[in-house]
Amino acid sequence: MMSFMKGRVLVVDDDSALAEMLGIVLRGEGFEPSFVADGDKALAAFREAKPDLVLLDLMLPGRDGIEVCRLIRAESGVPIVMLTAKSDTVDVVVGLESGADDYIVKPFKPKELVARIRARLRRSEEPAPEQLAIGDLVIDVAGHSVKRDGQSIALTPLEFDLLVALARKPWQVFTREVLLEQVWGYRHAADTRLVNVHVQRLRSKVEKDPEKPEIVVTVRGVGYKAGPS
Amino acid sequence: MSGDSAASASGRSGGRPGRPVGRKTRGSRWGRLLDGGLLQGGVQGSPVIRLFVRWVRRPLLPVMRLWRRNIQLKVVVTTLLMSLGVVLLLGFVVIGQVRNGLLDAKVKASQSQATGGFAVAKQQAEEAVSVTGDDGAAADGRPSQSVIQWMSDLVESLSSGGQGAFDVVTLPAGDESGSGRGPRASGQVNPTASVPAALRERIDASGSAAQSYTRIVYDTKKDSQPGLVIGKQVNDPNRDPYQLYYLFPLTQEEKSLSLVKGTLATAGLFVVVLLGAIAWLVVRQVVTPVRMAAGIAERLSAGRLQERMKVTGEDDIARLGEAFNKMAQNLQLKINQLEDLSRMQRRFVSDVSHELRTPLTTVRMAADVIHEAREDFDPVTARSAELLADQLDRFESLLADLLEISRFDAGAAALEAEPIDLREVVRRVVSGAEPLAERKGTRIRVVGDQQPVVAEADARRVERVLRNLVVNAVEHGEGKDVVVKLAAAGGAVAVAVRDYGVGLKPGEATRVFSRFWRADPARARTTGGTGLGLSIALEDARLHGGWLQAWGEPGGGSQFRLTLPRTADEPLRGSPIPLEPKDSRRDRGPDDAGLPRGGGDGEKRATVSARQAGADGATRDPFALRPATVTPTADPTALPGNGARVVARPAPPARTGGTRTASGTQSGNADDADGVPEAVDGAGPGADDDRDRGPERGAGAAGGEGGRSGTRDADTDGEASRGRR
Repeated sequence: MMSFMKGRVLVVDDDSALAEMLGIVLRGEGFEPSFVADGDKALAAFREAKPDLVLLDLMLPGRDGIEVCRLIRAESGVPIVMLTAKSDTVDVVVGLESGADDYIVKPFKPKELVARIRARLRRSEEPAPEQLAIGDLVIDVAGHSVKRDGQSIALTPLEFDLLVALARKPWQVFTREVLLEQVWGYRHAADTRLVNVHVQRLRSKVEKDPEKPEIVVTVRGVGYKAGPS
Repeated sequence: MSGDSAASASGRSGGRPGRPVGRKTRGSRWGRLLDGGLLQGGVQGSPVIRLFVRWVRRPLLPVMRLWRRNIQLKVVVTTLLMSLGVVLLLGFVVIGQVRNGLLDAKVKASQSQATGGFAVAKQQAEEAVSVTGDDGAAADGRPSQSVIQWMSDLVESLSSGGQGAFDVVTLPAGDESGSGRGPRASGQVNPTASVPAALRERIDASGSAAQSYTRIVYDTKKDSQPGLVIGKQVNDPNRDPYQLYYLFPLTQEEKSLSLVKGTLATAGLFVVVLLGAIAWLVVRQVVTPVRMAAGIAERLSAGRLQERMKVTGEDDIARLGEAFNKMAQNLQLKINQLEDLSRMQRRFVSDVSHELRTPLTTVRMAADVIHEAREDFDPVTARSAELLADQLDRFESLLADLLEISRFDAGAAALEAEPIDLREVVRRVVSGAEPLAERKGTRIRVVGDQQPVVAEADARRVERVLRNLVVNAVEHGEGKDVVVKLAAAGGAVAVAVRDYGVGLKPGEATRVFSRFWRADPARARTTGGTGLGLSIALEDARLHGGWLQAWGEPGGGSQFRLTLPRTADEPLRGSPIPLEPKDSRRDRGPDDAGLPRGGGDGEKRATVSARQAGADGATRDPFALRPATVTPTADPTALPGNGARVVARPAPPARTGGTRTASGTQSGNADDADGVPEAVDGAGPGADDDRDRGPERGAGAAGGEGGRSGTRDADTDGEASRGRR
């Protein structure tokens, strides 16, 4: 658990110029980039490189980015940040639903990109042993585990952060904007669909009946709050 | 009231059956009431009556609706009723004629029979006189036994000739009853009951032959039957008068007649039913294709464009079908073409988006890297790096706006509405605009945020709209306060952004929403912005079913108002915030007093003073949602049609400070701070505009109007402005 991580980043992008430029910027910030240009080879490269974060372009030859995202997510909770040229509803939502933690729309500024990567790599800075309860779930913050009746539930780091943020203040209703700031690290307003999609994903894992959520409760017109424990 | 309850009680019995009760009780008071009121629905009177009528109408409504909507039913029922009338009329005529024909013959035969009988009776009496003259003379006025016997014989002999075809009855003349010459009859006929009293009196009076129809009554169990009776007064052998009647039964004739009646009724019923069936079939031939056309037209309009009518034959109906199909074909073709175009457009936008953005990202990053390192360069290269980075920013935002607006044009923009609190959005927008406001020395005030202002809306789009409005207001506010006002009322929520800067010249309130529109083309390049911001904002508002409108006066600042329906599918009726702020004339007052105005300004001045009078009475509380004196929330000229006309006019020779770019997404140094907004120029276009719009125009206000929503707004708001004037 490093408080400030300079990690390995796998860049999945078919545009060689952009990939090279991304490499320059990432190296300049102290990351270790590795590259793959083909969607079909992405999963093999991921297994080989064991990156701390994946930068994934959605438009790829071979397997498209959505598919790659789903494959990686199937075997790892590593943060995935999508690069997309389209901020249209469908593309972004499909990407997020297939497991991406965050997305960044082209064209972006280098600082923006680095900030996004850092936000995703920044892991729990206070590793104090802490036990939280939300609904019938028990969360071990330091151990990064969620258990229901002793059965542990696998969550990605982002989903875990989301759950912890809600569980720490069960009396508080979180607006989507506040969650974006606390969980995603956005300083100013961003796309609230990020929150919606990830709450859905989280619910599908932790709720007994995702149709009638009891852990993450929607407060209509405001946001979300933790269910009564 | 007792009368009313009685009415409902009496009417209930009449009103229960499911057919028009009013018809039946016509003539009575309640019948008239039902007839006039029930079916037309226009009942005046006490609520009880109205309630009752409504209660009675209810079961009839489906029937009435079916009658109104179903032409087949109408035709069949009409045919049935009319053919029934014709058949009844025909039946009566035919039956009448048959009866006359049958009876005429019978009557003639009977008359001759009776005449013969009377002659025989007379003759027999004379014969009897000559034989028993002495006996009769010896009698002392009482009928002798021989006369009684004679009469019995007479009846016997007369009736024996008829073989049951007639019976004979004798009755004493006048009141002479009780004598031995009592009534006699052949064939068990009851003599007194079978001969009508009227006929007896007639014969008593005249003595000549007379006839009448009657029912022949029998003493035995035999049923009475219709008959013809012919009678005459004749003398017996004693020369005393008595009445002799011939009774002819009409049983045969009646049987024939009822046979004819039965036949006619059966035939008539068949004819009526068959006519009804024929009408039903014939109408169906016409109605079926029409109904099919209606159904298919409905499905076509619901988007199922491949629907076609079945066409058989070459008659008029087939021609209708062919024409209909041709129309549908062309419609489908055109719509498909348009859909293809739209799809291509969307595809193109999407492709351009991706193809442009990827290299742009590389360029952007490269430029940033170079920009970071510019301190190591020589001054020329360093400045070049700066320019490169700056202009890339501008290029990016322009590209983003272009893509956004082409997405609107292609109809690809989707609304992600959910309940949001607009105060949150405003808070974010204001805090985002704070740095710019600080640079400009502007204070942004938010009012009306004590209560939640919740609406179903797309937070991203609403935020984009409000950011645009606030940044615009700050940029053009000349360092004066910018007020963001929130309000909710009825089915709508609104956010108005008010600035006290250069304002808008008349007519500009609609033009600010035009793409790439700039108030001052000469100075356009110096201010930032893509020129698309307000166009996009307008599209965003439209996507919500909301309005985005502008109001402004030269030198008096401007107000942009976003009105959104509280729920996404609810049409807007009005806005909680008047488009023209109440403090508008406070700024204008000194201007009018202190500045020379153009010639054509008389009308405007008058309007202004009138409004001022009203405003002094009204509260100046900027929080009030709807002032007592209704302020127009949209100018009639703000309708799309008018807007287009205004846009078509050449841009005014603007040298005044009114530089408002159509976007404010970028910060730009609007060097209009020293502008003289109240210069004479300001009156020129204004007066011109007044003349253009004539009496429709309401003061210096002009509303930028959101297309379709504008027409909806026109009703209420247009009225309001008329009322004020």
